Amino acid sequence: MSSSITLRDVGQTFLVRGDDDRQLREFVALDGVDLEIAAGEFVTLVGPSGCGKSTVLDLVSGLTKPTSGTVSIDGTPISGPGLDRSVVFQQYTLLPWRTARGNVEFALEAAGIAKRERAARALDYLELVGLGEFANRYPHELSGGMKQRVAIARSLSYEPGVLLMDEPFGALDAQTRERLQEELVGIWRRTGTTVVFITHDIEEAVFLGQRVAVMSSRPGRIKEVIDVDLDRQTAENQDLRATPAFASYRHRIWSLLREQTLQAARPEVVNRVA
Amino acid sequence: MPSLIDERTEARPNPRQEAAARVRHATPSRRRTVTLVRGLAGILALALVWEFAPRWGLVDSYFIPPLHVVLQAWWELARSGELADHVRASMVRSATGFALATAVAIPLGAAIAWYRPVREFFQPALEIFRNTAALAILPVFTLILGIGETSKIAIVTYACFFPILLSTITGVATVDTQLLRSARVLGLSPVATFRKVVFPAAIPTIFTGIRISGAAAILVLIAAEMIGANQGLGFLISYASMNFLIPKMYAAILTTSLLGLVINYSLVALERRFSRWRA
Repeated sequence: MSSSITLRDVGQTFLVRGDDDRQLREFVALDGVDLEIAAGEFVTLVGPSGCGKSTVLDLVSGLTKPTSGTVSIDGTPISGPGLDRSVVFQQYTLLPWRTARGNVEFALEAAGIAKRERAARALDYLELVGLGEFANRYPHELSGGMKQRVAIARSLSYEPGVLLMDEPFGALDAQTRERLQEELVGIWRRTGTTVVFITHDIEEAVFLGQRVAVMSSRPGRIKEVIDVDLDRQTAENQDLRATPAFASYRHRIWSLLREQTLQAARPEVVNRVA
Repeated sequence: MPSLIDERTEARPNPRQEAAARVRHATPSRRRTVTLVRGLAGILALALVWEFAPRWGLVDSYFIPPLHVVLQAWWELARSGELADHVRASMVRSATGFALATAVAIPLGAAIAWYRPVREFFQPALEIFRNTAALAILPVFTLILGIGETSKIAIVTYACFFPILLSTITGVATVDTQLLRSARVLGLSPVATFRKVVFPAAIPTIFTGIRISGAAAILVLIAAEMIGANQGLGFLISYASMNFLIPKMYAAILTTSLLGLVINYSLVALERRFSRWRA
């Protein structure tokens, strides 16, 4: 159960109004984005804030349509949101008036699963994210990490071919985040779903991704795609982040992003002088 | 005396500790009893002032009779069945008006918030109506609908309508964007999105309007009944005052307060039932 994703020469522009001159103009969020993600692959997308990472995700999820170029799933261009893809957002998007189980069932209702099957399936997926015994709790009775696990269970419950994640662990404390990262890798191995994971955290990108796509900003482009070849299987019980290989990947991506921040800083200085 | 600052900054486990230990901070039940006793003491103090101020000649006992005289008058009214008739008349009018307003305002408010053209069409006109005091147009209702039940129900409907309408508009319009996005990602139809996401999310806000309306229903009705009616609590108050049946007047006023109290608390209870999921 997994699908491939292809972005070909994708551009996205928005109409904006300038802060100081009130002029209507076009803002190029993405320009000529090419990215090829194989079925079952785990790809992380990292870039400076405002580089259009989330726009890429909105395009793949079908929430927005590209201004130019094509986005396709298994070779078929996307026409809108669909149950072949699912999204986990950064903010908790659980329905506060439904229990954890009710929230998973919400997705199953949308997917048209028979009522009898829903309850059992919801419990299975809560079990998968380790929340079996919290099924009857309301979101306000769950911690941030637990809420995000419910969101993950909900997204996986209808067995989409692609799981899209937009900084899902961004609001969690460091320890919870690390634990969820490890669990996510486990879930991905078990389900075989294609995962596209957006983050601004370099370590998170290296830890999770089989490949890391580094984006540049203004306009948003894929600057480089780096294959991460870390021995994750034997690394189960050791601190993968402390290995020299991990550090070198981290440094390489850090340098790529650093170049950009320096570039981005320069024209501003010129402007101020002129 | 413990002040608000002591109360709010009192030592207690933080939410993380509560979560980790799976417990919740508790107030000793003794404190709840104290709260209850103090509340009752406040009411008792009010009753004593009412009873003894006229007796000691602090106020004119003709205009403000001692409490026991008022309670006696109330008991007379209640026993003769007169009070029940008036209460029933007022209740039927306010309940009908309130129900009508709710039935129209919630769907209309939802439509206004949901569809931009509808919103743009209605908003300015509604702004004008909203700022017209209900009692100011009572003569209009009386002219058109006569002095019977219809005009009184109409004025209650009018007064109840706007709080519910406005809170519905706000409730629907301010639904969390993230919830809408996740509904769209799931490919939910607009109808299903409204039924499963938007409306439940708007209920707490809608209830704010419903509670304001509950108070407005009684307020406006009493005023309307005082102006022109031959039954109802408002009529009883104005009739009693004009005939210098002062204890009777106070008995009617007291009944109005009780009615308001009952309505407010039942709406609060209803609200709690609908929003049990909130912290």
